[in-house]
Amino acid sequence: MRYVDEFRDRAKADILVKEIERLLARMKRDESRPLQIMEVCGGHTHSIFRYGVEGMLPKSIELVHGPGCPVCVLPMGRVDDCVAIAERPEVIFTTFGDAMRVPGSRKSLLQAKADGCDVRMVYSPMDALALARKNPAREVVFFGIGFETTMPSTALTVLQAEREGIKNFSIFCNHITIVPTIKAILDSPDLRLDGFLGPGHVSMVIGDAPYEFIACYYKKPMVIAGFEPLDILQSIWMLLRQIDEGRCEIENQYARVAPAGGNAVALQAVAQVYELREFFEWRGLGSIDHSGVKVRDAYAGFDAERKFAVPNARIADPKSCQCGEVLKGVIKPWQCKVFGGACTPETPLGALMVSSEGACAAYYQYGGIKRGRDDEASAA
Amino acid sequence: MNMVSIPPRRARGKVHVPTVTLAHGGGGKAMKDLIDDVFVSAFDNPLLSPLDDSARMDLLDLAQYGDRLAFTTDSFVVDPLVFPGGDIGRLAVCGTVNDLAVGGALPLYLSCAVIIEEGVSIDFLRQIARSMAATAQEAGVKIVTGDTKVVNKGACDQMFITTTGVGVAAAGVELGAHRARLGDAVLVNGLLGDHGAAILGARGDMALQSPIESDCAPLQGLIASLLNAAPNTRFMRDPTRGGVATVLNEIAEAAQIAIDIDEAVTPLRDEVRGFCEILGLDPLYLANEGKIVAIVPPDEAEPALEAMRAHPLGRQAAIIGNVVAGESGRVTMRTIFGGRRIVDMLVGEQLPRIC
Repeated sequence: MRYVDEFRDRAKADILVKEIERLLARMKRDESRPLQIMEVCGGHTHSIFRYGVEGMLPKSIELVHGPGCPVCVLPMGRVDDCVAIAERPEVIFTTFGDAMRVPGSRKSLLQAKADGCDVRMVYSPMDALALARKNPAREVVFFGIGFETTMPSTALTVLQAEREGIKNFSIFCNHITIVPTIKAILDSPDLRLDGFLGPGHVSMVIGDAPYEFIACYYKKPMVIAGFEPLDILQSIWMLLRQIDEGRCEIENQYARVAPAGGNAVALQAVAQVYELREFFEWRGLGSIDHSGVKVRDAYAGFDAERKFAVPNARIADPKSCQCGEVLKGVIKPWQCKVFGGACTPETPLGALMVSSEGACAAYYQYGGIKRGRDDEASAA
Repeated sequence: MNMVSIPPRRARGKVHVPTVTLAHGGGGKAMKDLIDDVFVSAFDNPLLSPLDDSARMDLLDLAQYGDRLAFTTDSFVVDPLVFPGGDIGRLAVCGTVNDLAVGGALPLYLSCAVIIEEGVSIDFLRQIARSMAATAQEAGVKIVTGDTKVVNKGACDQMFITTTGVGVAAAGVELGAHRARLGDAVLVNGLLGDHGAAILGARGDMALQSPIESDCAPLQGLIASLLNAAPNTRFMRDPTRGGVATVLNEIAEAAQIAIDIDEAVTPLRDEVRGFCEILGLDPLYLANEGKIVAIVPPDEAEPALEAMRAHPLGRQAAIIGNVVAGESGRVTMRTIFGGRRIVDMLVGEQLPRIC
């Protein structure tokens, strides 16, 4: 396939791996621990496991799988709110596929569907709006979830609904924003990261300027990375080159898709429809100030939270889960007390075991657990 | 073929209404008319025509094909009922025929039990029955007994079909996952995931127009050619729901062996790859309805491959991997990128990813 296979070229991968090894060999660094690079985005995590990228890298590089899976970081209380809305007989509740399995304190949307709720999987919020047009006697609610990647499409759908005067459509807004989240990770006292692979899809919308503080104030380099395995290898190589040359910048490997200034139309729609929430709760990370958005008063009629007065209960994460420590790279997924035992993709306890983009689920499914444990055994 | 004595042909009933009603399941004249008009006329054969409570086959006649009876059953619930490359009727015949054939048996007879929701059009029912009849002919099997039930509107999704199959396994054909040995080759007979992608595309949930057709086909001919070329074939299975990944895991676990496959030589249609890229799905877990996974001893791998490729349903056959030394029960894949990953059992249903 054109524009895909070019980015999965094995010969080019071998060249990049050799370059990475060469850079590492000459680099001045603390040899007692591996270089820790966090890929912020869940899409990166998925690709890394899907193509076995981690296993191709020297062991002195450790990839830390960050908080960028919006499905994984959704707190239990918000899922309970979804289920409460979906349980209303007048509601058709629409959602992206992988959000169906996220456990709430009572049940997931998949279980709610099995219990008779009208929960439907859609591929875009516009599909949900089409359902609202087709079912004027029902209330169609779209589960707005995701970072800046999906935020504009939900906003544009609200604006479209307003233009058409559609009254039976609303969104349950759980969109989150990446910058405060990276800041929360950087502020963590147990942080060990040496650099970041920046989120490509998010950057397509917001550009590269919002990340400048990472290089300027926290002195950590970042390379905005694409999602194909060659993109990831090249971005790691670019990051190492910065470290080797003593530079600390925000570089863009994914310029073919993510323009420096972002996407003005998308940003305008986002600014028009949403405003920042004071606080937003994350699974595994607790509350992060200004990390979520809500629907502005001007569009209150499209806000399911106001339309259906959701319970909005805060449910604490299970105590046994160590998602927060995994997210910050303090421990690897298989080192969590409940990994693979009480917490599996079938019965996820923690956030990171939910979606295939979550670090723990990816380790479980794509065999990272085996590699990790083998590495530990051989080190001992 | 010796047959039991055949009673004289009776007058066939005819349906004069456009849709199925509860009366068609009531056991009276309406039901007789429906069975005659739709099923008996489509499946037309002397074992079915008397409409006795059971079809009776001559044991001596069966014994000419082998020394063991093979017996299997499967239910078919598919949405939508008609999809590119097939329909629920074709699926119901192929599924059961293939379950017999991968066990090394020659499929001979099928039963067909249909549960119909009231309101289904008679013309549509005829279309499905004709499709079953044509597929049965293609597979060399006869549909010799059946059952018809009609349920209230909403009690089922238009139509469910259960087919049970009887076949005969030839003497000396012994297939089982436990027979797999280090170095054996893993073969598939062609492009993977077509059925799963065709069904997902046809559902329309994904707002994607896909040109992919289901691979739904009866495989008894291909399997006979394979067994002829590779008589020591260890094991075969048709990778339906759960796809090739699930079948390989089942084999690895049952035989306590490790299997390693190579992504670069795993046959996939570009359209299926593209479809999976867009939705974030893994084609290894997509359903197939016209494919087999065969474990073949190393010295018979090439003849097996040639035999498959010489058959119309095996043109794109490939050796995708081997039984290797490694952790037993584990399936791994060398990725197209040069990495390696574990191919595990799927947890639940594959769901499209958010981004």
